[in-house]
Amino acid sequence: MRSLGRYLLIRTLLTIPMIFVLVTLVFIILRVMPGDPVKSSIRPGAPQEYINEIRHTLGLDKPLYVQYGDYLWDLLHLDLGTTLSPVRGQSVAKQIWEHFPATLELALAGMLVTAIVGVGLGAYAAHHRRSLADYSLRLYAIVIYAIPVFWLGLMFQLVFGVWLKIFPVAGRISSLAVAPKHITGLYTVDSLLTGNWAAFKDSMMHLALPALTLGLYLSGVFVRLTRSNMLQVLKMDFVTAARARGIPERTVVYRHALKNALIPIITMMGLQFALLLAGAVLTESTFSWPGLGRFLVERITYRDFPSIQGAVVVFALLVASVSLLVDILYALIDPRIRY
Amino acid sequence: MEPLLQVEHLTVTYETRQGPVRAVDDVSFTVYRGEVLGLVGESGCGKSTLGMALLRMVRPPGRITSGRLIFQGRDLLQLPENEMRKLRGRHISMVFQDPMTSLNPLQRIGDHIVETIRTHEPHVSKKEAWERAARLIQRLGISPDRLRDYPHQLSGGMRQRIMIGIGLALNADLIIADEPTTSLDVIVEAQFLDLLRELRDEFNLTLILITHNIGVVAELADRVAVMYAGRMAEIGPVHDVFHRTLHPYTKGLLASVPSIRLEDGLELETLSGAPPSLLEPPPGCRFHPRCPQAKPICSQRVPPWKEIHPGHGTACWLYAEEGA
Repeated sequence: MRSLGRYLLIRTLLTIPMIFVLVTLVFIILRVMPGDPVKSSIRPGAPQEYINEIRHTLGLDKPLYVQYGDYLWDLLHLDLGTTLSPVRGQSVAKQIWEHFPATLELALAGMLVTAIVGVGLGAYAAHHRRSLADYSLRLYAIVIYAIPVFWLGLMFQLVFGVWLKIFPVAGRISSLAVAPKHITGLYTVDSLLTGNWAAFKDSMMHLALPALTLGLYLSGVFVRLTRSNMLQVLKMDFVTAARARGIPERTVVYRHALKNALIPIITMMGLQFALLLAGAVLTESTFSWPGLGRFLVERITYRDFPSIQGAVVVFALLVASVSLLVDILYALIDPRIRY
Repeated sequence: MEPLLQVEHLTVTYETRQGPVRAVDDVSFTVYRGEVLGLVGESGCGKSTLGMALLRMVRPPGRITSGRLIFQGRDLLQLPENEMRKLRGRHISMVFQDPMTSLNPLQRIGDHIVETIRTHEPHVSKKEAWERAARLIQRLGISPDRLRDYPHQLSGGMRQRIMIGIGLALNADLIIADEPTTSLDVIVEAQFLDLLRELRDEFNLTLILITHNIGVVAELADRVAVMYAGRMAEIGPVHDVFHRTLHPYTKGLLASVPSIRLEDGLELETLSGAPPSLLEPPPGCRFHPRCPQAKPICSQRVPPWKEIHPGHGTACWLYAEEGA
């Protein structure tokens, strides 16, 4: 376990240069991009002196390398700065913190859908190889992967929201309902913890379509991956040996084989997490989900540099911690892996 | 001697793109309770397929196309799959060639044994099954602490003993061991064979030992069955087959075994030619293209089975009347 601690420490330290590179890139891209945070936040036609004055107070008239140095210095002190636009002077960290739980809730729910649908159907396809179900599932995997995630979201809204009127199409909770007491920030979890059943049902209904959209979109990759891994594992000697011991086929396939096929799948889950966040940005916009993704898109239109940079840092940290988590999961699943 | 398993005219066919391949072709033999039957032959002669067929576990595109497998009075080929599954591991147990890959790498050793016991005896508690497993592997010369280990933490010899142990855990009537020592080194192989011999006497094991190693058969088997190109060539008590060899193929096989006593200058004999393709096997006796004693009829008609000495038979035209 001591070596695991060492490994975790090294991995954590490695995220620092990663974030440095990322932040630098984002910093440069934002400055190269046309548009200006001051102009986008004030009335068009304002006098140039007024604009210059604001630029001066915000430090935007300093040379770029000074701005960059200041930014890094603040970041080093875990200070994400204050917003420039549309409203000036708000704490970026606080805003990100307010939007983060919504994204986390959506990402977790989406991941859950992906894991259950992708891995479950993939294993089923492998078990019933060359059956009609297998061929249909393979087709499903390709089609769902090729569909743009926002289009999938729109279709869900149209079918389940507009036509069938089963699920709401926007927001996290009904405007008339009271949001549950803030514990984790995840409405579904908080309402469950406080025993607020009405809020739980309401937030679950709101979560359903975005989570399905995001989860199904990513499930295609996992159907294919699980299927091909399972087919390989099912050919292995220990599977034959388990059958020869009289272990029921269901147990052999879904316990012995699936667990062995899971290791590369978990790697993929870690890698796909970045894609999941990208999908979350689009899904949040489609479903007006008040999360970090929608926050990011909104701030990009306002050229609010500190908010964009802050959100990117948080996304990067998230991806890094997930890949760290995946490495720990390996060791828990596979006794042969020790750090 | 009481017959435990009677294999009658068993045929296993693989459907390939080039046509059907009979990997096991009209094979008959009997296994008696308490004996060790050695099943020998070259690689690809169908002996492993035969082993899997006895468990009704031939992999597609292969399947058993005809024959009967009478085990304890029932024809295994007539059983519904679920009945057959209950027999596997409980009454017929299998030990595979490579102990490195035949255990689930993510499952503790103990759980392999416990799972098998509880699959077949659901009333046994986990604790009870674990204790049974502990007693068992102690008998196999492995510390019960190792039950908590994962397969990769055990040596090849230990894993192979575990595989045998899984068979013993339920007191299986018949254990089929498919090349159990092939992947072990010579010292570990010798230890494993010693253990098998002890277990045979102690548990009155009935064992089918599938091997290409005549030496292993000589050490352990009571009777030996020789297969060639999917067919049975000769069956008899070990002593008879080794010293009153009937089939020219068996003679060639025995002559090609190196011996430490081989004197200088004496060449090790080899069988000329290669085993035939089962896709288009030679007509008549499948061994005739390589046989030093082949007669004209050998290439025309399949030789009938003939018992020459009590319990010692062969399929060869040297011993059968051509008119028959």
